[in-house]
Amino acid sequence: MTAEAAKKQKLSVPFDYSKYLRGGKLPHIWCPGCGHGIILKALLRAIDKIGLTNDEICMVSGIGCSSRTPGYVDFNTMHTLHGRALSYATGIKMANPDLNLIVTTGDGDALAIGGNHFIHTCRRNIDMTILVYSNSIYGMTGGQFSPTTPEGSKTSTSPYGAMEPNFDCCELAKASGATFVARATSYHVAELERTIKAAIEHKGTSVVEILDQCPIYFGRQNKYKSASHMMEMIEKDGTVSVKQVDKLPPEKLEGKLLRGILHQVEGEEYCDKYAKIIEKAQD
Amino acid sequence: MAKVKRFMQGNEACAEGALYAGCNFFAGYPITPSTEIAEILGYQLPKIGGKWIQMEDEIASIAATIGGSLGGCKALTATSGPGLSLKQEGLGYAAMAEIPCVIINVMRGGPSTGYPTGPSQSDMMTAKWGTHGDHPVIALTPSTVPEILTETVRAFNLAEKYRMPVFVFYDEIVGHMREPVEIPEPGDLEIVDRAKPTCKPEDYKPYDSNFEIAPLAAYGKDGYRFHVTGLNHGDDGFPTNDSKRIDQGCRSIMAKIENNLDDILKNETVDMDDAEIVLFAYGSTARSASFAQRKAREKGIKAGLFRPLTMWPFPEKAIREAAKKAKVFIVPEMNLGQMSLEVERCAPGIEVKGINRVDGEPINPAQILECIEKYK
Ligand SMILES: Cc1ncc(C[n+]2csc(CCOP(=O)(O)OP(=O)(O)O)c2C)c(N)n1
Repeated sequence: MTAEAAKKQKLSVPFDYSKYLRGGKLPHIWCPGCGHGIILKALLRAIDKIGLTNDEICMVSGIGCSSRTPGYVDFNTMHTLHGRALSYATGIKMANPDLNLIVTTGDGDALAIGGNHFIHTCRRNIDMTILVYSNSIYGMTGGQFSPTTPEGSKTSTSPYGAMEPNFDCCELAKASGATFVARATSYHVAELERTIKAAIEHKGTSVVEILDQCPIYFGRQNKYKSASHMMEMIEKDGTVSVKQVDKLPPEKLEGKLLRGILHQVEGEEYCDKYAKIIEKAQD
Repeated sequence: MAKVKRFMQGNEACAEGALYAGCNFFAGYPITPSTEIAEILGYQLPKIGGKWIQMEDEIASIAATIGGSLGGCKALTATSGPGLSLKQEGLGYAAMAEIPCVIINVMRGGPSTGYPTGPSQSDMMTAKWGTHGDHPVIALTPSTVPEILTETVRAFNLAEKYRMPVFVFYDEIVGHMREPVEIPEPGDLEIVDRAKPTCKPEDYKPYDSNFEIAPLAAYGKDGYRFHVTGLNHGDDGFPTNDSKRIDQGCRSIMAKIENNLDDILKNETVDMDDAEIVLFAYGSTARSASFAQRKAREKGIKAGLFRPLTMWPFPEKAIREAAKKAKVFIVPEMNLGQMSLEVERCAPGIEVKGINRVDGEPINPAQILECIEKYK
């Protein structure tokens, strides 16, 4: 059915993703059940709601399954090196502050090899949206533990259970100076779209940690039955919306991660500040 | 009208050259003995509306430099040994993705943290082989402060023209030495800007193999949307598994150098026509070599000087030519023998004698002259 016909019958109009997708680049490389595609779709709907054109967006990534996202979208796109996306994005943004920078990165890409760049990007408060596809595993290399792997989890490099404590990406982002920090999941798709939209609209460094599932490498090794089982256990039952926190007794919050916008403050943006440096130098 | 002459330091001349070439983006991380370049540009770039950023390390610095270049700027970074090591993965990326940028490396003693305030020439092979994989390399090696200015301009031109990272390598001695420099007026030196696409946006291919060097658009500035990756890619910039295209890509990034040697190579020769003893020297060492060569001629010794300003690609043909008459090549360098290996490769059967020093002291003319006299 065409969008026109659907409208006439008052049916909900199917979202047309094709205007943002690059012709001929699908199918994607993601495994069946992977949450990365859900994030991509939510992102495209958020972009549509904001009304950004393809030319106005520059999407940068590092290396990993999540970092393959820019290869499917028809924006200005750059697939860089493992962990370094934020530094490349910083250069592009400084050279061309009018571009809306969106970085898609994995938990390993952003927080392990790219950890240093992550904290310093947040500290600078340079205007970009960082979407951390947080699947608790190194997907691309076949399921090794990452800085967000929960302690005790089995991975191909933690056959006896992961022994390292894991990072809280959001706390790290906030402590580092990001002016927008949120957590979302691939289970709560409407909320995911709203959160990404708010993140893009925020001026300054925005970080969204998106809990998503890797059924093949994390799920199988940790006895999850399916992708949907993972989504229910980890994303639905493992999280609580910030909006409900006040209404719930403490025992219901135990061991749960908060979802929603966790931190949002105004802060002078890096390129704006730099523009003032130029003025001062030219005075 | 007489040109303005200024007494300046090597690193200052480098910054001057960069600005002359149109550099409007710098990302770096402080390291002796290159820091003055970052400091000067941090003062100068905002004055012309250019962008300058101090990153959290050298990995981030080269990354931001490449990003700045793709954002349409003429981009520079500057470092020294330990920082050069960190930059390697980004340098490979720039070579693979064919992104113009200039990298200054002011050489200090190594390995590791080494001798931060002492000179050396021990990164010459790092320039060539530092990053993994077969990749093209252009490295320029000025010997004087005025030359640092002009060679920095040339580095930008080559980077823009051949869409690749270009190095300027000089030792701490020339980096920190002060000499009078004639400041070029606009128009005195050639300035090259990268070719921009003129096709319809939907036809644009950032790695169009119909070109030797495909035009490069800037993100968000020229009306072209495109993809860049460090993976082997096709004409459209997207990853490819097509073995034919992979082979072609790997070869074409090398071929753009090999096919343009006349444009890229540059060297100075002194008394080479009948030279039996050939001094092959670069950087500050070439200054000592030049003095020793003159003294040798005064003594009637048939000595000549070959001084490469482009070290990589190596001046292979010229060395093979010189080897026809030479009975010995003397290669003084502040390392344990790096470029001497290349000379050996291009002068089979001819003795190549290294004069090597790694104690942080310069190789002086007397040391070279003494060596020449042994071969007269
Ligand atoms: C310097 C470097 N080290 C290691 C790798 C190998 N590698 C590729 S992707 C990856 C991990 C990706 O995991 P993550 O960032 O969590 O993303 P995901 O694949 O799970 O989406 C690693 C270790 C690399 N490409 N480069």
